Amino acid sequence: MSSLKIICPNGHLGFAPLKTGSFHLGVDSQPDFIAADSGSDDIGPVPLGSDTCASPKAWQRQDLEEMLLASRRIGVPMMIGSAGDTGSNSRVDMYVEMIREIAAQHGLAPFKLGWFYSEVDKETVRGKIRAGSEITGLDARPALTEEELDATDRIVAMAGVHPFLKLLEEGCDVIIGGRSSDSAIFAAAALHKGYPEAQSYYLGKVLECASFCAEPYGAKETVMGEITADHVEVTAMAPEQRCTVASVAGHAMYERSNPFHEFVAGGMLDMTDCHYEQVSDKTTRVTGMEFSAAPEFRVKLEGSGKVGERFVGMAGIRDPYTIANVDAVIDWARQQTIERFGPDGWELHYNVFGRNGIMGDMEPLKDQPGHELCVVVQGVAPTREMAEEVCMTGTRQMFYARLPEVKGTAGGVSFIFDEVLPGSPAYRWTLNHTMAVDDPLELFPTHTAMVEGAVQ
Amino acid sequence: MNSRKKLSELAKTIRSKNAGTDKITFDIIFRERETYEMVKLSGALTRDTVCETLNVDPARLTDFVEYDPAHAIKFTILRERPSGSAGDGDIFGAQQYAPFLDVEVDVTS
Repeated sequence: MSSLKIICPNGHLGFAPLKTGSFHLGVDSQPDFIAADSGSDDIGPVPLGSDTCASPKAWQRQDLEEMLLASRRIGVPMMIGSAGDTGSNSRVDMYVEMIREIAAQHGLAPFKLGWFYSEVDKETVRGKIRAGSEITGLDARPALTEEELDATDRIVAMAGVHPFLKLLEEGCDVIIGGRSSDSAIFAAAALHKGYPEAQSYYLGKVLECASFCAEPYGAKETVMGEITADHVEVTAMAPEQRCTVASVAGHAMYERSNPFHEFVAGGMLDMTDCHYEQVSDKTTRVTGMEFSAAPEFRVKLEGSGKVGERFVGMAGIRDPYTIANVDAVIDWARQQTIERFGPDGWELHYNVFGRNGIMGDMEPLKDQPGHELCVVVQGVAPTREMAEEVCMTGTRQMFYARLPEVKGTAGGVSFIFDEVLPGSPAYRWTLNHTMAVDDPLELFPTHTAMVEGAVQ
Repeated sequence: MNSRKKLSELAKTIRSKNAGTDKITFDIIFRERETYEMVKLSGALTRDTVCETLNVDPARLTDFVEYDPAHAIKFTILRERPSGSAGDGDIFGAQQYAPFLDVEVDVTS
């Protein structure tokens, strides 16, 4: 095969529904694979820690249905990575179940389904630490300690191409992956067909976010990537979009600290000497990518740990004197919480929107608050009852803050309701680390089954 | 004659986004090579000026790259706390770019 085509309809399957118009144009262009990533660490630590989805099931099902029906109709494999936002085992099982349901509902002809898991048992990680194999921190984090491991609820390892390749070699028509490097899903398809590593990983890198590599801006539109032995071409499928030198080169640096290097399990894609060329109105060709294998096989681990239950309150401020002294108001409310619950064992967080609620200390205009403020209060504590009361104290006591010169002594803040709302429990990222493994498949057990769509 | 323009008038894209759980990366992308080269030469965006704009210690700036293929200046900072920790006002890091819209560039030719 002199070239291979993959379409990608969505950069984070389920997070917002794919746009069907450009997807069907992509399907009509005779791709060899249909693939999408479904996960991200962008969504924060709550879904991984609590083993939930960030996305509504209806949106996930819509995209899986579009992709599965198209894949079976034109007879090409479909591949999904990082199932259900986090790629945890339960999310993989949920996607596998959805695939079975969709197949039964539409009476699809039998096909081979493959899936793999990526959760890592804490004791496996502990064993590595105790055996002296450092769990190395990324992005200035220290090496993992057993204490931090103890504070972790769930860990996923980020798969490279290896489990996808294994399932393709076993003849799977549909693959549902646990947590995966975005680019590996697509790279595995190209490697399976014998294309070189550099071009394969670049293909994955450019397709992973679907139409984010096209312009004008428009998310969730399908793009098509085509790989040969020496180049990658990427084409926008949406009629209004183009893949330009600027949009494709610009995408190389999206969501990464450095635009030249993409690290995956087992190696690194080097984009330093990439050359971009507009070869037609909607298509840009890329050459010059390199790939180097890593000296040691290390896998990235993501982990999330529960901090506590959480409630959320909101208060508005219009009095300019109170606005100027909002920190004193917050201190007062915090002090009332300390008097009731003691100095620790709970947390209160205040985001002052209209001043620096979004940027915190990085906000250059924090000395110029707006004429009205909204304070969002989060109370975190070991139990829901305590979290509700901590949050209520931290919110309602703003009403009673004793500022020396306030004129409006009937109440210092406004409420749009005088309750606090249950929030998701608070979690934090405990692991952003790498771990050495002996076998690339060690952490990613694979499974296959025939789906007898018509008879279910 | 001295003449100044805001970065928002010169750049095609000014954006910020998480780069993993512990970093936020900023992309300032220009449409024309000439504008990109002019901004590079102007000294308006350097390791020092971006740290100053964001009021962060230079030790938190992990990368600063002038990326010619995309006519872009790109830099990355370590977050104060990992994304999505309670109290984080921007889980995606997607609204941290705003102060760069108003950065002034000397466009004297």
